[in-house]
Amino acid sequence: MAGKRKQILFSALEPGLGLKKALEHTQTEIIDIIKLSRLRGRGGAGFPTGLKWDLAYSAKAPKKFIVCNADEGEPGTFKDRILLNEHAKKIFEGMAIAGYAVGSQEGIIYLRAEYRYLRPVLVQAIDELRKAHLLGKKILGSDFQFDIDIHLGAGAYVCGEETALIESLEGKRGEARNKPPYPTESGYMGYPTVVNNVETFCYVPYILIEGAAWFQKFGTFESTGSKLFSISGDVKKPGVYELEMGTTVRQVLNLVEASDTKAVQVGGASGICVAEKDFDKPLAFESLPPGGSIIVFNRSRDMLNVLKNFMEFFVEESCGQCTPCREGTFRLLEGVKLMEQGQCSIHYLRVLRELAETMKISSKCGLGQMAPNPFLSIIDNFKGEILARDRVTDSIPL
Amino acid sequence: MPNMLAVCINGKECEVEFGTTILEAARKMNIHIPTLCYHDDLCLSGICRICLVEVDGEKTLQAACSAPITRPLHIRTHTEKVRKARRNILELMLSNHYGECYTCFRNQNCELQKLAKEYGVDSLRFGHVELPRHTKDTSSRSIIRDMDKCILCRRCVRTCHDFQGVGALEAAFRGIDTEIQTFLDHPLGDAVCINCGQCINRCPTGALRERDRSDEVWNAIDDPQKIVVMQTAPAPRASIGEEFGLPPGTSITRKLNTALKMVGFDYVFDTNFAADLTIMEEGTELLTRLKDFIVDKKPVSLPMITSCSPGWVKYCEHYYPDYLPHLSTCKSPQQMFGSLIKTYFAQKIKVDPKNIMVVSLMPCVAKKYESDRPEMSASGFKDVDYALTSRELAQMIKETGIRVTDLEDSDFDSPLGLGSGAGLIFGATGGVMEAAIRTVYEIITGEEVPFENLNVIPVRGMDGIKEAEISFQKTKEDWKFLEGKTLRVAIAHGTANAKKIMDKVASGEAQWHFIEIMACPGGCLGGGGQPIPTNENIRKARAKAIYDEDSHLNIRKSHSNPQIQMLYNEFLDHPNSKKAHKLLHTTYTRRGKI
Repeated sequence: MAGKRKQILFSALEPGLGLKKALEHTQTEIIDIIKLSRLRGRGGAGFPTGLKWDLAYSAKAPKKFIVCNADEGEPGTFKDRILLNEHAKKIFEGMAIAGYAVGSQEGIIYLRAEYRYLRPVLVQAIDELRKAHLLGKKILGSDFQFDIDIHLGAGAYVCGEETALIESLEGKRGEARNKPPYPTESGYMGYPTVVNNVETFCYVPYILIEGAAWFQKFGTFESTGSKLFSISGDVKKPGVYELEMGTTVRQVLNLVEASDTKAVQVGGASGICVAEKDFDKPLAFESLPPGGSIIVFNRSRDMLNVLKNFMEFFVEESCGQCTPCREGTFRLLEGVKLMEQGQCSIHYLRVLRELAETMKISSKCGLGQMAPNPFLSIIDNFKGEILARDRVTDSIPL
Repeated sequence: MPNMLAVCINGKECEVEFGTTILEAARKMNIHIPTLCYHDDLCLSGICRICLVEVDGEKTLQAACSAPITRPLHIRTHTEKVRKARRNILELMLSNHYGECYTCFRNQNCELQKLAKEYGVDSLRFGHVELPRHTKDTSSRSIIRDMDKCILCRRCVRTCHDFQGVGALEAAFRGIDTEIQTFLDHPLGDAVCINCGQCINRCPTGALRERDRSDEVWNAIDDPQKIVVMQTAPAPRASIGEEFGLPPGTSITRKLNTALKMVGFDYVFDTNFAADLTIMEEGTELLTRLKDFIVDKKPVSLPMITSCSPGWVKYCEHYYPDYLPHLSTCKSPQQMFGSLIKTYFAQKIKVDPKNIMVVSLMPCVAKKYESDRPEMSASGFKDVDYALTSRELAQMIKETGIRVTDLEDSDFDSPLGLGSGAGLIFGATGGVMEAAIRTVYEIITGEEVPFENLNVIPVRGMDGIKEAEISFQKTKEDWKFLEGKTLRVAIAHGTANAKKIMDKVASGEAQWHFIEIMACPGGCLGGGGQPIPTNENIRKARAKAIYDEDSHLNIRKSHSNPQIQMLYNEFLDHPNSKKAHKLLHTTYTRRGKI
């Protein structure tokens, strides 16, 4: 058990050391180191970070941008808040290294509106880094220059999606763009842009200092390193934990002293809800995609109620752009309400299931593609509970 | 050499250029993929998700309209996944669409209805809207918005914002609460809307339409006291046939004359006559401004800009109010015509003008707003009582059971029924300019324009902005100050192009003397009151019909129109006379951006 609690992000880091190491390498060498470390994006999708940087590096443009996605909005996720509040310099150092690697001089941190109170902390960190010549012109005496702007969001969950985030940065309505082109080719203001999660950037200086081989030793082959988890719900010790990738759900439950657990929502509202039969599955991109949040439900919880809560969230947060997400989330919520009232036939439940499957493959962006996840996983994994409550009936034709 | 990629759609193979969209590739291969938020004229959006296809190697279905082909692809367009997704998406749209098809003006010309039929929607599993949830916005004199029928494809938003550069419409709120709104949800009549109606032409459903005045027109026709005069503009005559199943580009001017008489109009006149009059007035105004500038060194507003397009006029009032003095003071042909009917013509037929109703057939919904402007009643009576669009008039004709296509030809009535080819080409972008050049050149030099068959080719065509110049040699005595001078002109159609032109005027970069601006793409033939659908090919076909008709006319220069000469002799004295100014010229209003 204890062996699984490897600390990377929460271990001490000498400010500027990672950046100093980076400046000793060429751009492509850094990209190769990140690729070799097999670091994957910590926002939830798990896209290989080195590959993303390489794409931006290869794009030819007079300007490039590094954007830190600090729009932490996934329900039950609060790990980036800790990093922003207590480890801001690691984030900015990671961004500077990314800037050096892809050839960018401008970084932007997109801070969710609800984290406005953290702005002074970030401003102070940026000021200190500038004074220490770790940001600004002639970084560490070299010809490399890089600086960071703070940009506040306006409270939309969808702006955590990278292209919607970029739209918002440009002052437009936060809505996902068509992909391709991907941001690494045409992002902020049409320039190649790397958008990485707060946590992803934090690992970068450690990898530069300790090496890719060291980082690979943690976690599984597909999912290297450690990961921060925001753990909440029916547990004795909620909080943010740094755990090695591949830790199983059961190990997590033991660690946070959860008892009588019925269900665990992995990856927030857009994640999936696992039942006890899957508690031995590892939290890793190849198994249970970890996201940033773990919400624990014990046997006293009504899963239909849990589902309703998640669906209300998506109805509220769908940007309203594409049909499947805008109308589909609403119809799924209506369906859950029908189930609550005992007005949903098995036939209609099948219709809703097909709708949920359609949303997954037909929505324009990740939000709509993930929104049916709690619906499908709760209906499938807790079918017994939902059917047995005598709330789903076959008698009412719909 | 472009990078070519092999694409296989439904087993058919083809090579396409890197970056071609799946939809373009499919069209090239004659494979039909349904679309809804896509429109040939607009930027890509990819939001309705009707055009989804299955692409090997992709976990999710891809929107064919917006997915570029960047690697060799295997695509299938009607797999079970695709069929189910399309059905679900259509049913979702229908579940949030209020409206009974048989009371909708888009019945049988509705893209949503067509898709529901094509894709076999036979149930509404997600229910349907039983009661309206929005109040119709009837505040605009031109455009009615019925948001209960809106399916949020946002074609209107992209038309207004990107295509026309106006930005009166935008999506507001999120998720299921999303609505298309004006700024702060002001009534459309109070918004920066320029009434061009391009949104109507691109709305797939009945959510947007013109303010229908056909009932009032019927009432006037039915009233034995009223003399109802119809004037028809050139652009609708080249397009209204589309409403009766004819291919785009079929001009039915003279059959329409017969039909209009059968419908019950007492006189049918030609707006081209007033277009010729506009050229006389506007040409003279231009020459006067040039003379004031060159000879008398007076401060004048140059370049002078045309004022025939009421959409453009309102755009200028909202967005470039400082440049209103640059607009010609001439009313549009529609209004000049109305003014003359209520004065000159009323005197001729000895009828009290209060008993004359002037109805116009226009390709335009902004003409409705224009005819309602308070300043458009110099004679003491409203110049034009009702402006009908091509669509409204087609509906009126359908209601009578008249089969226009089977009718005999007939001529316009006299004396306001003769228009020159120059007046006719007002219907196409560049037409006003060409007509003006034909006349102005001849006034100055005494000779015809130095273009083969009078066809001033450089000002024709569908380029967004066109420029031309013409120099004057061997000028007549009165115009010696123009000897050896070059007149530089520009033409823009679509207000997004007008913006580019006006920004150059504002920056002082522009060297033009005379600019023609039409609010609608292609000019009036692409107007917001024209038959639906529209796209560049349809507009080109209509333009061709107009230019063909011009080339076959005997009188092709406004100043050669004998009825125009008669009008000046009998009534107006000379162009820009005091009387002409009172009846045929107007003023403009500064409006804000909000």
